Amino acid sequence: MNAPTQTSEILRLRNVQKTFKTPDGEDLKIIDGVDLSLREGEILVMLGRSGSGKSTLLRIMSGLVEQSAGEVSYRGEPVRGPVPGLSMVFQSFALFPWLTVLENVELGLEARGVSKAERRRRALAAIDLIGLDGFESAYPRELSGGMRQRVGFARALVVDPDVLFMDEAFSALDVLTAENLRTDLLDLWAEGSTSLRGILLVSHNIEEAVLMADRIVIFASNPGRVAAEIPVRLPQPRNRQAPEFRRLVEQIYAIMTRRQDAQTGRRAEGVAYRMPSASINRLAGLIEAIDMETKDGGDRYVSLPELADDMQLSVDDLFPLVEALEILDLAAVREGLIALSYAGLRYADGDTQTRKQIFARQLLKHVPLAAHIRSVLDERPNHRAPAGRFLNELEDSLSESESDRVLESVINWARYAEIFAYDDDAEVLSLEDPGVVEAGTV
Amino acid sequence: MAQLPTLSVRLLRMAAALVLSLLFTLLYATLAAKNRYAERILIPMLDVLQSVPILGYLSITVAGFVALFPGSLWGVQMAVIFAVFTSQAWNMTFSLYQSLKTVPRDLSEAAATYQLPAWQRFWRLELPFAMPGLVWNAMMSVSGGWFFVVAAEAITVGGHQVMVPGVGSYIALAIQERNLGAIGWAILTMLLVILLYDALLFRPVIAWADKFKFDTASAEPAPESRVLDFLQRTRLLRRAAVVPSLLWQLSLRFSTRPAPPQGKAEGNLNRGLELAFNLLLGLLVAAVIGAVWFIVPRDFGWTEVGHVVLLGLATAARVFVLVILASLVWVPVGIWIGLRPKLARRVQPLAQFLAAFPANLLFPLVVVFIVHFHLNVNVWTSPLMILGSQWYILFNVIGGAAALPGELKEASRNLGLRGWLRFRRLLLPGVFQSYVTGALTASGGAWNASIVAEVVSWGSHTLVATGLGAYIAQATAAGDMHKVALGTGVMALFVIALNRFVWHRLYRFAETHWRLD
Repeated sequence: MNAPTQTSEILRLRNVQKTFKTPDGEDLKIIDGVDLSLREGEILVMLGRSGSGKSTLLRIMSGLVEQSAGEVSYRGEPVRGPVPGLSMVFQSFALFPWLTVLENVELGLEARGVSKAERRRRALAAIDLIGLDGFESAYPRELSGGMRQRVGFARALVVDPDVLFMDEAFSALDVLTAENLRTDLLDLWAEGSTSLRGILLVSHNIEEAVLMADRIVIFASNPGRVAAEIPVRLPQPRNRQAPEFRRLVEQIYAIMTRRQDAQTGRRAEGVAYRMPSASINRLAGLIEAIDMETKDGGDRYVSLPELADDMQLSVDDLFPLVEALEILDLAAVREGLIALSYAGLRYADGDTQTRKQIFARQLLKHVPLAAHIRSVLDERPNHRAPAGRFLNELEDSLSESESDRVLESVINWARYAEIFAYDDDAEVLSLEDPGVVEAGTV
Repeated sequence: MAQLPTLSVRLLRMAAALVLSLLFTLLYATLAAKNRYAERILIPMLDVLQSVPILGYLSITVAGFVALFPGSLWGVQMAVIFAVFTSQAWNMTFSLYQSLKTVPRDLSEAAATYQLPAWQRFWRLELPFAMPGLVWNAMMSVSGGWFFVVAAEAITVGGHQVMVPGVGSYIALAIQERNLGAIGWAILTMLLVILLYDALLFRPVIAWADKFKFDTASAEPAPESRVLDFLQRTRLLRRAAVVPSLLWQLSLRFSTRPAPPQGKAEGNLNRGLELAFNLLLGLLVAAVIGAVWFIVPRDFGWTEVGHVVLLGLATAARVFVLVILASLVWVPVGIWIGLRPKLARRVQPLAQFLAAFPANLLFPLVVVFIVHFHLNVNVWTSPLMILGSQWYILFNVIGGAAALPGELKEASRNLGLRGWLRFRRLLLPGVFQSYVTGALTASGGAWNASIVAEVVSWGSHTLVATGLGAYIAQATAAGDMHKVALGTGVMALFVIALNRFVWHRLYRFAETHWRLD
């Protein structure tokens, strides 16, 4: 892609990094070396799973959060603190519950010292534009989610911003409301009836990205970085069922499930691997769904976008499950397609006890942390060990909250597989009720 | 040397009061929640009891208990226990009652479906559900209770001081002997007792009660306690846990009758019974009002009553000004701290600790100050009233500011809100509900404290301010029970009126208009 000329760029990020301090005082990198620009007249969508740092990046661009390294510039000027030309719409709406719709919309103007009469006039115009007439004197709690987010939009647009930032602005809304709001926003954008020169949307919804974007930047996690950039040249309004649309969606699925070394399957390397959080019931449900599709379609590989569609799962729901199945070697993923492994097929056909046995075997074989805990418990004479011992090991390379999450996730799997037990009150792991699997069989 | 035994005696007194409060709570709240007739008498009565200043009727109860156990310290011991009991029981009872009335519908229906007997229903569903609120309220009341222990341990009734061994009596003696060093020791001892109490009882119980929290998805970190962790890991305790479990199994044998379905009982209301009950209740209320109307003027004359009401107004003005002053200081400070999470986590427990510390231990220091600089008694004794309860404002505001949603703060920055506009539009409304809770508690505490704060002494100096608190305190010292009753009654009326017409209205306004969801 050709480098755009300097003048057509509204925002520019150069080698931006963000690190947080862990409680131990170590640096934890959450955004690494991001180069990105928002160009004049485009809708840019930053797409990624939760934990890819995209929301933090949005806050860095809007001046709410400071980057640890790198440059952020807005129309050639470095960004230091909130920039007046950049308006933000939030996932949780972030309306002031003690102010009416009108007062909420006026707030940004009030902060700029606009006179009362002028404030009223402009706020009413924005309310009119966004379709909120009649709700001026209502309090946010009286409104539905969709109406609340309309207030969010009116509040952002009333200050005649240059750029509109949207942080998952549609993800707290139900499907119909979100669609309705997206369409209205695209209409406003197409009419050119606002002051907006660019829109930046953070999303984890692939279809939403393809529906709205002129350009999609896909983020990879841990640490957050740009994985790919895809221009979307489909004319607006876009049809979800059109073959080009579907192709684009599948392409993005393929990118988002791909890893750097695509030759071997995904493996959990080392005890402190960031195990995805996935509940047993959801894993089992996904295995059954893949099995069903395979038997119906006759093809071993099932398309992930179709699976997500059928099961009404968002990317943030689906990907951790897929990753967990890969790690446990219950399924394999290739270019946006997923297939059950031999163990996965046997799991799908097994009864409750067989399933537990298969799961236990896969867990001890492919998840080093589970095997490690089990061997420690086997060695100890009383077969008990405090959870803190393993947390300390994890915290050598993971943050405190991440360590908690990983251990909790493995404990849940191990309880189901009956390879060890956990007493939450005492925070002690033990071999009490170890159940069907003998330590020696694996 | 003698410190240790007195310390244990004092802890025993606290424990006895706590057990009494728990028993009272279980009986009273359950009765009020289960029986709609009882509810209509018990709940308003509780509301009134809650507003009566404890130190006001303390002398009456002391006299009563002393008469019960003539010639022994037992009477006074009982009176102290009773004072602490009354400082704890009311809000524990309210907490349990409210929980019992709000047991989630589906859980209640599940209990009915499986035909749980009332006994099991109470222990397996209702009490566990009420546990976090009950424990929290019990702990807050015990914290508040230290103040009353100190006051009650050294009370003067009818001209002669009744001394119960403890820090309170120790301080009283130190005041008579003008011994500043002794007062320093007393303050130190008290600090230590509260710290121990916090680590050994407060924290473990709160951490334990957390498992009864009903909402499973909570963003806040679960409370932790090392003492609890230790206890839960010891084998001895796990073995000891067998005893309650056996008792429980035994109790099940005696309760097999399923509880009557809740909905049906209400449908079968007997109209005649309802009417009779209402009539009886009306007659009772009328009788009480009539009795007061006839007895009060005969015993005191209207001039005395008017005088007491005027004194009440003086104290009310003082409380009002103090709450405003404390708010002007602590609201901005609390907001400033609450917006800094790391700092808030450190200061919050400190403020709670300060609220638990009996401020009356510090009174002598202030009196020395006033006497030394010849300051105006009416003005300078006033701060004593709010010395202990101002911390409620601080820690509630800190909590409120810390709970402000992150996206709302970001939105206000994105909109460019700064300075006064930010304070007025974001911060003040954001903490208002917590502030009202704190200010309500602070004002109630100030009324109670006025009885010990408007008359203070140091050696032969006794400073008396003009107010209802001083009136009650002097009547107590003179042993004039009639005047004590009148003063206490008027003060209770003041507190009830203020709660009704100011605080509850503010609270309801905050709840409906300024609530963060």
